[in-house]
Amino acid sequence: MKIAPFWPAAALLFVLGAASTFAVDEYYFVAGYIVLQGLIMATAWNILGGFTGYVNFGSAGFFAMGAYTSVVLYTAIDPPVFVAIVAAAVVCGLLGFGAGYLTLRLRGVYFAIATLALAIVLETLMVNWDYVGGATGAFIITPDTEFFPSYNAFMFVLMLALAIGSVGLARYLNYSRIGRGLAAIRDDEVAAECAGVPTLRLKLISTTIMGAMMGVAGALYPYFVTFVEPLSAFNLIVAVNAIAMPMIGGTATWVGPVIGALLLGSVQEWTKVNISSELNLLIVGVLLVGFVALAPQGIVGLAQKFGAWIRAHREKRQGDGRAAA
Amino acid sequence: MFSIDLLSNALVAGLLLGGFYAAVALGLSIVFGQLDIVNIAHPAFVILGSYVVYMMNTAYGLDPVLAGLLFTPLFFVLGVVVYRIYYAGFERTGRESLAGLAFFFGVMFIVEVTIILIYGVDYRLVDAAYIGHTLHVGIIDLPYRMLVPFLAAMAMTGGIAFYLSRTFTGRAILAVSQDRLALELMGANPIRIKSLAFGIGLATAAIAGALLIIIGPVEPSFGRVYIGRVFAIVILGGMGSIKGTLLAALLIGVSESMVQTFIGPSWADAVAFSVLLLTLVLRPQGLYGRL
Repeated sequence: MKIAPFWPAAALLFVLGAASTFAVDEYYFVAGYIVLQGLIMATAWNILGGFTGYVNFGSAGFFAMGAYTSVVLYTAIDPPVFVAIVAAAVVCGLLGFGAGYLTLRLRGVYFAIATLALAIVLETLMVNWDYVGGATGAFIITPDTEFFPSYNAFMFVLMLALAIGSVGLARYLNYSRIGRGLAAIRDDEVAAECAGVPTLRLKLISTTIMGAMMGVAGALYPYFVTFVEPLSAFNLIVAVNAIAMPMIGGTATWVGPVIGALLLGSVQEWTKVNISSELNLLIVGVLLVGFVALAPQGIVGLAQKFGAWIRAHREKRQGDGRAAA
Repeated sequence: MFSIDLLSNALVAGLLLGGFYAAVALGLSIVFGQLDIVNIAHPAFVILGSYVVYMMNTAYGLDPVLAGLLFTPLFFVLGVVVYRIYYAGFERTGRESLAGLAFFFGVMFIVEVTIILIYGVDYRLVDAAYIGHTLHVGIIDLPYRMLVPFLAAMAMTGGIAFYLSRTFTGRAILAVSQDRLALELMGANPIRIKSLAFGIGLATAAIAGALLIIIGPVEPSFGRVYIGRVFAIVILGGMGSIKGTLLAALLIGVSESMVQTFIGPSWADAVAFSVLLLTLVLRPQGLYGRL
């Protein structure tokens, strides 16, 4: 197991990130927060989509339910942020489990359509639920942050910790026994079932983890924007990004979504500021279709191919050299 | 609150609405039901249809239904192109499930954003002599903006049903969904048949789009609500059965209308999705279904 280099590197990254909040301009934390939010969503999506091969179109639903869990708790008892995060993980984990339990025994297509439907049903529920503000939305008063230089910096550091934790979990799943079982399901579910892989249980585990992780990403959202209404919480761009980032990075391993999210997330933040937000959406769509059609293994796959090509080239040259001598 | 008057009007409005839903779901019934291609971009193409009809209507004052008909060849070609890309990129290499779904999701998003870039996010509507008038039959009100789409939808559904069951190519489309190898052995090219079917599926989207914009104003992201609705209809109807699609569409139209009248308009969107989830859990093969 290649445990050794990952966690020290992650810890170092976290310390650097936290330290940078005292040095860097405020804007970068807002942008950084959004990129990291995308990173968690992409990593979560990939646990089911990439590792297991089941497509979730309802990422925005899970994300929004995490956000609304925070809103409900805030309206009821106003607990510390950490409590809201844990609660959102539980609620959305159960939601993922429930959706998976109902539809994962059918063909994968039905699961995909059901997740899409789930997101809209949840949105309708939230629009009609006055306790969380209904269609008009709800405000959240930001909690105190004595230690950090600004509120956005605090949010950023919190998100950084959550993102590192999520990637660590995805990495663990990728290399663990569970991950191998999931890969078996992705490659050939019937064969996996025949070989004694407990397919339904594994699928439910990965759906639950996916849901919980998306809920965690959403839990901070109300605290970040301080105002939540259904239209923005259930925004389609959340779902599109959650699919596009792993697809662009490469879905086979935990690394792909990280690369995809950092790249696509940064590009989006840049275009949003420098060009326009509609064009930004178009870019995401075109990149998604382009990568899916032309580079199915994503950037990771392209890099591997390039590496293999370099090696083959070098060997050929050495071989030629020897032949000449 | 409750009266015979209200009930019968809600019922009739639901039937009219359901007939229109059949037109929207028809293309998907062919593409998803017969060809097993999960074209979640179908509602986005319907919205595209609405916008080209809007363009023709405002520029030349063309009747919306006529404008929709006029655009069917173009949508047919578009469908053939989309299918060829899908075939070359995904079906041939056996990557339909994950990558194919993501592909159509991306296509849906591109269509939607393109419309936003050209027309903005405002609501658009068309103009025709009959829009705004109502036919009164006893206690029942039949607004023409619902009646015309209903009749057009019925004509289209009947036409497609006739085509699929009576003509040579129509039956070939059914054959490709049942046994591709056998079709190939009979000397027909399944890829050509599938291109044809996908093209027809998208051509119906042009007309459905015209009907949609007759019923009411349309904005670019309008299609999303329809995704669950059309899939609910196709799955509830039993994949690929035109009769089942029509019945399911009417059923969902009536349920939505009842919910809208007696519970509240904001709940109506959830009806189709609840039906969809229930169908998947209780009867995944649908009403007239093969699994």
